[in-house]
Amino acid sequence: MKALTFTLLAEPPERLDLSPLTPERLAGMERREIEKISVGLSKLGSKVGDVFRLSDGDRQNIVFEGGSARFDRVAEGMQAGSVRVVGDAGAQAGRAMRGGALAVEGDVGPHAGSGMRGGRIEIKGGAGDHLGAPLAGELAGMNGGLLIVRGRAGAFAADRMRRGLIAVLKGAGDHAGCRMIAGTLVVAGGTGRMPGTLMRRGSILLDRAPQNLSPSFVECGAPDNAFAAVIDRYLAAERVLKRPLLGTAPRRYGGDNAVLGLGEILFPQASGLA
Amino acid sequence: MPKLSANGVAIDDTFAEAFGMRATAVVITAPNRKWARQAAITMTGFATSVIGCGCEAAIDADLPPSATPDGRPGCRVMIFAMGTDELQKQLLNRVGQCVLTSPGSACFAGLAGVADLKLGSALRYFGDGWQISKKFGGRHFWRIPVMDGEFLCEATTGLTKEAVGGGNLLLLAADNRRALAAAEAAVAAIGKVAGAITPFPGGVVRSGSKVGGKYKGMMASTNDAFAPTLSGVTKSQLGPGVNAVLEIVIDGETSDAVAAAMKAGIGAVAELGPQNGASRISAGNYGGKLGKFHYHLKDLLP
Repeated sequence: MKALTFTLLAEPPERLDLSPLTPERLAGMERREIEKISVGLSKLGSKVGDVFRLSDGDRQNIVFEGGSARFDRVAEGMQAGSVRVVGDAGAQAGRAMRGGALAVEGDVGPHAGSGMRGGRIEIKGGAGDHLGAPLAGELAGMNGGLLIVRGRAGAFAADRMRRGLIAVLKGAGDHAGCRMIAGTLVVAGGTGRMPGTLMRRGSILLDRAPQNLSPSFVECGAPDNAFAAVIDRYLAAERVLKRPLLGTAPRRYGGDNAVLGLGEILFPQASGLA
Repeated sequence: MPKLSANGVAIDDTFAEAFGMRATAVVITAPNRKWARQAAITMTGFATSVIGCGCEAAIDADLPPSATPDGRPGCRVMIFAMGTDELQKQLLNRVGQCVLTSPGSACFAGLAGVADLKLGSALRYFGDGWQISKKFGGRHFWRIPVMDGEFLCEATTGLTKEAVGGGNLLLLAADNRRALAAAEAAVAAIGKVAGAITPFPGGVVRSGSKVGGKYKGMMASTNDAFAPTLSGVTKSQLGPGVNAVLEIVIDGETSDAVAAAMKAGIGAVAELGPQNGASRISAGNYGGKLGKFHYHLKDLLP
C-alpha cells in the first residue's frame, strides 16, 4: 500500500505543529478530516490542507515530501509505524517517541528526540542543540530507543539521558553528554568543550581522545574490553558505523567526579589524550 | 524379536526411554579458544547426572568468532535440570564460580526460551556498586569490574521446557578396546548435532544403572543385566562373546535433537563395524512407564 504523503506546497508562512500527523492520531481519519487539522502556530492558523497536498495511503506509513525548519514536533509521541521527512524538520522532531521509525533526510532543529522512550530516529543531516535532551523543567532526557544523527549535533547532546543510545557521526558541540544519568552516547568526529560535564553514570564512546576534558575525569586504564567489541558489532549491525569505533581495548576515563563519578568516556587506544 | 542390523552390527528392537527436563544455554567467550573451553569445561564439571550433581551440563558446540556476540572464540554450554528452581540455582553457581572467575571471559544468553533465567542480573552484585548496566538492541548486559578488566554478562538467558534428558545407547562389544572405540565414534558424531549434549565423562558411561537396589536408600544401582562379569549368574541381557558395554547418555534441547543425536550415534557405530567397534547396539528403558519420550532404535537406523 502507498504511503500517506503530505507534499509541501510552499515554504510555510508560520511555524507548524505537526504532532497531530502521526500514525496513531491519523488512524481511522478520513482524508477530508485530516485536511482540516489545524497545524499553524500563529494567528494565521494554517490547516493541513493549506500547507500540504495530500495523497492518501497507509496511515502507518507517512511521508512529508519537502521539509522546512518550521516543521516542529514531527512524529511526536509516535508508537509504531514510520514517518519520513524528505527535507528539514524543526524543533522537537520525534520528541517522546515510543516506537516506530522517524527518518529525516535533512537537518533538524533543537530538542530532536527529546525524552524519546523507544523506536528509531535517523537524521541524515545535522541536529540542533539539546539532542535527546529534556525540555525545561523535565527531569530526564532520552529514556530508550536509538537516535542517529549522521551530521553534526549542537551543544548539550544527550543532556540528562537515562537510557538508550544516541550516535552522532560528524561531531558534537560543547558539553556532549552533560548531566547524563545513564545510557550511551556515541560521538564520531570530535566533541566540543568538556564532554560529560556532571554525568552521573552512562557511557560516552568517542572515536578519538577528547579535547578539553574536565579535570574531574580521571584516567582508568585500558584493559581488554568485551563490551567494546559487543557495542562495535551492534553499531555495525544497525548500520550506524561502518568501522569499529573502540577496538578491543579502549582507554577509559571515569567521571564526572564532581558528582557521582560512575560514568565513563571510552575512546580507542591509538588516539593519545591531547 | 526380528533381527535388525546395520553394517553387521546387530541392533536390538528396543527403545530408549527419556524424560522431560528444563534446560538453558549460555555462550561463553574468551580471548582465545583455549580459555573459552577452559571456562566451559570448568562450569560443566561434576554435572553428569541430576541424581548426584543437581544438573547435567556439557559443551554443545564450539563457536567461531563470527558466531559470538563479541567476536571472540566461544562455546555454547547447555545445562539440564528437573525443575526451574534447581536449574536457576545451578546456572548462577556455575557461572558465578567458574566463568566469572576465568580470565578474560564473557557470558551471553545461549537460548531464547519461554521464560528468562537470571544471569548477570544476579551476578552483578559482585560489582559492589561499580557494576554498569547497558541496554541496547533489545538486550541487557551487565559489566562487572574485575581484576583483568570487566566481566561482561548478559542479564538473563532463556529457559526451555521442551528439553529431554536420558536418551541413550548401549554399545556391546567383544572387548573393552572395541567398546571404547565405538563409544568415542558415537560421541564424536553426536557432538556435531546441534542442541544435544552427552554429559558423562567424555560423553561415555561405564556404570549404567537400574532403578533402586537391594540396599535401602539406593536410588540406583549397577545394571547387572549388562555387566559382563555377571553374565552367567544373573538374568543377563548379554549374549556370548560380549565382554564390555558402554552407554552414551544424551540430553537434548528438544525431542528431535535427542532423536537426531541417537541416529548420528547409531550411524557412527554402524560405520565402524563389529570388527573395530560394537557388535550390538541396545538401549535402556524402564518398560516404558516412567518416561514420556520413547526412541525406538528401529526408527533411527542409518
